[in-house]
Amino acid sequence: MSPTDATVGPAVLQVRGLNKSFGANAVLRGIDLDVPRGKVVALIGPSGSGKTTILRSLNGLEMPDAGSVTVGARGATAGSEPAGAGGSGVVPQLPALSLDFDAKVTPKEIAALRDRSAMVFQHYNLFPHMTVLQNVIEGPVHVQKRPRTEAVAEADKLLDRVGLLEKKDAYPFELSGGQAQRVGIVRALALKPQLLLFDEPTSALDPELVDDVLAVIKELADEGWTMVIVTHELAFARQTADEVVFMDGGVVVERGPASQVLRNPREERTQQFVRRLLHEI
Amino acid sequence: MDLFWSSLGPMLLGAAKGTIPLALASFAIGLVLALLVAMLRISRNRIAGAVGRFYVSVIRGTPLLVQLFVIFYGLPAVGVKLDPWPSAIIAFSLNVGGYAAEVIRAAILSVPQGQWEAGHMIGMSRGQTLLRIILPQAARVSVPPLSNTFISLVKDTSLASLILVTEMFRVAQQVAAFSQEFMLLYLEAALIYWVICLVLSTAQTQLEKRLDRYVAH
Repeated sequence: MSPTDATVGPAVLQVRGLNKSFGANAVLRGIDLDVPRGKVVALIGPSGSGKTTILRSLNGLEMPDAGSVTVGARGATAGSEPAGAGGSGVVPQLPALSLDFDAKVTPKEIAALRDRSAMVFQHYNLFPHMTVLQNVIEGPVHVQKRPRTEAVAEADKLLDRVGLLEKKDAYPFELSGGQAQRVGIVRALALKPQLLLFDEPTSALDPELVDDVLAVIKELADEGWTMVIVTHELAFARQTADEVVFMDGGVVVERGPASQVLRNPREERTQQFVRRLLHEI
Repeated sequence: MDLFWSSLGPMLLGAAKGTIPLALASFAIGLVLALLVAMLRISRNRIAGAVGRFYVSVIRGTPLLVQLFVIFYGLPAVGVKLDPWPSAIIAFSLNVGGYAAEVIRAAILSVPQGQWEAGHMIGMSRGQTLLRIILPQAARVSVPPLSNTFISLVKDTSLASLILVTEMFRVAQQVAAFSQEFMLLYLEAALIYWVICLVLSTAQTQLEKRLDRYVAH
């Protein structure tokens, strides 16, 4: 039983029995994960432990072989949306979505999953042929079919928040890594997802640029966004995450409140991992 | 030298009414065809992939002149009679389609996988991601090789003279046969092809500059 089962609030994300193999290599072996509304879960673990594969499964970029993913709270009353989400309470109320990977998942279901989750990539993956503003409004205007003026106004507000409004007409190659990643975050926010996914958002950054990006993510956490973050930044995880999940070899080895898992891990594998990472710093 | 100037008018007319429209039309149709074939080649469907590979293999594996002759002189044997112009446009389009398909396929594959993923992440379908995210980036990579294809095509249109299309080289042949000044007229034809290709090279450079505006230098 995961500790979150007993905690308050309906889960925005519920993962059950997720399995995934690449050929003979089983990267996920029966993963359960719950993220309550407005909470932040950090996935940590050595590379190859499967944490990125989980994240990618939550955005339909990887197709699990078995298990289920539910996004959106079952039985949540309408209007129970935290004011923080989106800054202006604008996260659209989509019905709960449940994907059962034991059966065949349709493209429509994957599209519905992507309506509910948005991802920030390790290598930003901004569109190089579009300006910063175009990058941000591409989804809202060309996928969600929202009015351009409205999308631009919202993009301006979001870019201003992360201190990049004056870069709105720049192309990605003109940005530093830290700026590019903040645009990546704004692009995800502009989609108004219920669930924000971060895939090692600072691993590709020069050390001196990491803090700017982490500060933005911390702010979003404080605002009440529901997030899953794959990270190697243990100090950041301790400050930001409500729960830390340590994975190794495709299974969850240990999970619990951030301070407990990172300061007083119960499992030996977790202890080794945390110790090694702290020594590196 | 008089012959040079007096033949220049008809030859330029031949270029304007034959060579250039033939090349433009064939290239336009050929590019559409190439895009479709490139899609077949990168699709996950095995049969589609095999069809695309077969087409490219046939086009690249047989001489353009033979393709022209099959269409113009060969097809009437099975009841398909085509005029010189349609025959030429079909043959050249099919030819461009085969070569450009490989260029476009390679250009699409050169766009990092993360761009597809980012397109999907913001909710785009495969087709939408291809059109709005991948192809604009692939275009930049494919301009130099596609320019090569186009320049080759302009020169290859001279082969259409052999199926009676009155393009520039056919005019040159007619004047040469009449005047017996072969050297002069064929050099003159060569010069005109060269000038056309110089103009195209310049256009290519401009286009590359335009598409490079979002790339670090």
